[in-house]
Amino acid sequence: MSSLFRSEEMCLVQLFFQTESAHNCISELGHLGLVQFKDLNPGVAAFQRRFVKEVKKCEEMERILRYLEKEMVKSNIVIAATKEKEMVPCARDVLELESTFEKLEQELREINRNHAALRQNLIELMDIDSLLRMTEDFFEEAESLLTYSEPPSEDSVSMTVSSHITSRRNSNSSTSGALHLSFIAGVIKQERFPAFEKVLWRLFHGNFVLRHTEMQATEELQAVRGAVKKDVFIIFVQGDHVREKIRKVCEGFRASLYSCPKTLYERKQMSNSVMTQMEDLRMILRRTEEYRAGVLTRAAEHVQEWGSKVKKMKAIYYTLNLCNIDITQKLIVAEIWCPVSDLTLVQSALIKGSEQSGSSVTPVLNRIQTQQTPPTFNRTNTFTEGFQAIIDAYGVGTYLEINPAPYTIVTFPFLFAVMFGDCGHGLVMTLFAVWVISQAESLRKWKNELTDVVIGGRYIILLMGMFSIYTGLIYNDCFSKSFNIFGSSWCVRPMFHAHGPWQNETLHEYHHLQLNPFVPGVYSGDPYVFGIDPVWNIASNKLSFLNSFKMKMSVILGVSHMLFGVALSLVNFVHFRKFQDIFLQFVPQLIFMLSLFGYLIFLILYKWCITLRSETAPSILLLFINMMLFDYQSEHVLLYRGQKGVQIFLVLTAVLMVPVLLLVKPFLIYRTRMKTRHQVFRNNLNDQHGTDTRSSYSQHQKDEMVSMGDIFVYQAIHTIEFCLGCISNTTSYLRLWALSLAHAELSEVLWRMVLQVGLKISSGMGSLMLVVLFAAFAVLTVTVLLIMEGLSAFLHALRLHWVEFQNKFYEGSGYKFTPLSFDSLLKTQQ
Amino acid sequence: MASLLFCGPKLAACGLVLSIWGVIMLAMLGIFFTTHSAVLIEDVPFTEKDMEDGPTALQNIYKLYNQVGYNCFIAAAIYVGIGFLSFCQVRLNKRKEYLVH
Repeated sequence: MSSLFRSEEMCLVQLFFQTESAHNCISELGHLGLVQFKDLNPGVAAFQRRFVKEVKKCEEMERILRYLEKEMVKSNIVIAATKEKEMVPCARDVLELESTFEKLEQELREINRNHAALRQNLIELMDIDSLLRMTEDFFEEAESLLTYSEPPSEDSVSMTVSSHITSRRNSNSSTSGALHLSFIAGVIKQERFPAFEKVLWRLFHGNFVLRHTEMQATEELQAVRGAVKKDVFIIFVQGDHVREKIRKVCEGFRASLYSCPKTLYERKQMSNSVMTQMEDLRMILRRTEEYRAGVLTRAAEHVQEWGSKVKKMKAIYYTLNLCNIDITQKLIVAEIWCPVSDLTLVQSALIKGSEQSGSSVTPVLNRIQTQQTPPTFNRTNTFTEGFQAIIDAYGVGTYLEINPAPYTIVTFPFLFAVMFGDCGHGLVMTLFAVWVISQAESLRKWKNELTDVVIGGRYIILLMGMFSIYTGLIYNDCFSKSFNIFGSSWCVRPMFHAHGPWQNETLHEYHHLQLNPFVPGVYSGDPYVFGIDPVWNIASNKLSFLNSFKMKMSVILGVSHMLFGVALSLVNFVHFRKFQDIFLQFVPQLIFMLSLFGYLIFLILYKWCITLRSETAPSILLLFINMMLFDYQSEHVLLYRGQKGVQIFLVLTAVLMVPVLLLVKPFLIYRTRMKTRHQVFRNNLNDQHGTDTRSSYSQHQKDEMVSMGDIFVYQAIHTIEFCLGCISNTTSYLRLWALSLAHAELSEVLWRMVLQVGLKISSGMGSLMLVVLFAAFAVLTVTVLLIMEGLSAFLHALRLHWVEFQNKFYEGSGYKFTPLSFDSLLKTQQ
Repeated sequence: MASLLFCGPKLAACGLVLSIWGVIMLAMLGIFFTTHSAVLIEDVPFTEKDMEDGPTALQNIYKLYNQVGYNCFIAAAIYVGIGFLSFCQVRLNKRKEYLVH
């Protein structure tokens, strides 16, 4: 019988199946997701296992698949969604898949290489093309200057014109006659050009002509090369020696140099050929890209399917590594943990697997008894798995221990809501949770860690929101304002003249006035029907009342929660048949807690129920302290007759429980050991054995003495932890008060500082201000009050469960059941 | 038609949610103000002068209540407009998403 109450009963089962049917059987078990394989070769290192080569092959295939997916994403090709359960391939298909993958990868890499090379070529051709176009004007200028300067004059060597020239060289350096100018043309990045020019100047002292223009960035250029700006330059110089130097400088600045023909005709020809070359290249590039897209699209249809196949195969090989293969290589032995109630399902899955593989022998299941602790398995559904996860985060339950999850489903959202308590915020939280629940599948695709956490906890958030609406109605708090649904029990009018002491002048004299409930008519005698009276929202001593109320409520809730925890330990004792512990641990703990803290709750509830005058009412805290100190002086006011006697009795009972907890159990263990020792001793005397039994016997005695000390220490620690823990844990529950106070105050401050500013403007502009301020109010509410305070209250409620509640009964020393399940494998890796 | 789209899908969705919340909450606040709820007394901008003893003291306070209430209703109406705008943006964004593919 499976329920959330306790973890499931597990059994260790030995499986025998044939090697041929191994793949199919394990894949069927993987689809079922109900068995955990035990490692039968724990001493073997990872690289020594039998199927390590196959696992490596699968990993290689996964790498290729990842590379393919990256390429597809780069080219914006949509990856088709996977179909339902595919069959797991056998060993033959593995080889086929492997070869397909390798071929694909090689092809893709080659295409990419070619594409890059072609692109580089295109860039070069484009550079040459723009170079040719732009240097046209330079050459024209140069030629015109050449024709003008036929008679060389001394200072008209305007070849040295350059925009930065400051001094003119003598015409000594210029040759006479026709000037033989050679030139160097190239392309350089624009940002490097000023430095380039400076270096040239320093080297050649202006003995050159440099012309440059920015290369026009056409759209195509930008697409191919990126947004890098380049300049075309051309240097006219004399002499080859100088040319070499300039060439070296250009290399240093990584400018690409291109040879440029001298005559106009040749240049035109070159320009044309470059154009045609570029056209060809462009076409080739386009074709390459189309081909690449085609290859990728064809692969994209299968890539998801391949991916899941490879993952399943890897999981199967990994599982096979855990099993034992016997001598004849024909039989595989595996040990699995599986829930007792699912044994028939496992059997039928194995039979199906062996039928699929066509083997004649059905696998054999053999349940074996074992002393090892089985893993803890709690069967959860979508709703309960969130709550189980937060319990398991602290510690997985010991095998067959009682599971705190079903109670956590109610108490956790409730304690959260006590700290959060606001209708309006609860409503927003509930609506958000409903939206997440309805959009859970499409939100999972975002694959963000944060959204995954929110989606995992969507039902928790829903319950937290609903409970917060409830506690908000009790605190009568909605965005820090109260609702007056049932009519307040307090009335101000009777305080005035006819019945009460106030006059009109009283209102002018005093700023604060106090309503006196003993004046007839002020307090109707019946408290507000549900929750806190709305009059408190506009009272200035609201906090004095609410603090006292919330503190007492926190203590009541805390003590009840802890008593519930202690009661759950009883269930554990009954199940594990530790009846002695019931009387030695459970009963004294219960009596201790009830007599002290149960009595405290009684005092609180009693004081709430009776009518007292507030000036003479005794403080519960002082009553409690005096009770513990046995301090009863005559002027102390007591709540009821006979209180002194009752209190003395309760304290004495509680104090008596401490030695019971501390000493009785170790003493009983000691007595049983003594009895068995006398038994063994008597048997020994009767048998008349030699000294060796006596020596082994004294050894045994020494072991016992050591563990007796351990037992005493353990029991002492446990007792002190419980008794002192009672007080500290009860005080710890006061955080319920503290956080709800913080939330209420934050909420009120937000209203007063943001929204009220807009409401108080009574002119026409008020509505516009209200629009803006409301937006700010909404944003701040969501970020500060919902997210920040919500996380804070979540954390504190969780801590209260993990520490204060669970240390009364929970051991939490088990290990989790991790079945081989293809669904969870594919989900986690997607 | 493309120039009518001025915000992305997330901003439009946030605007829509904010407007719906604004409409509901401001309309309810307006109702509570016009019914002179006592809990909201601190949000009403009354002064000492309004509370002087006189035959019209109560009516003054009620008038102020009503003013604030009408402000809330106008703000709610503005949020209806903003909500409609956001809704159009959401629809345009969805259409643009379909067109690209």
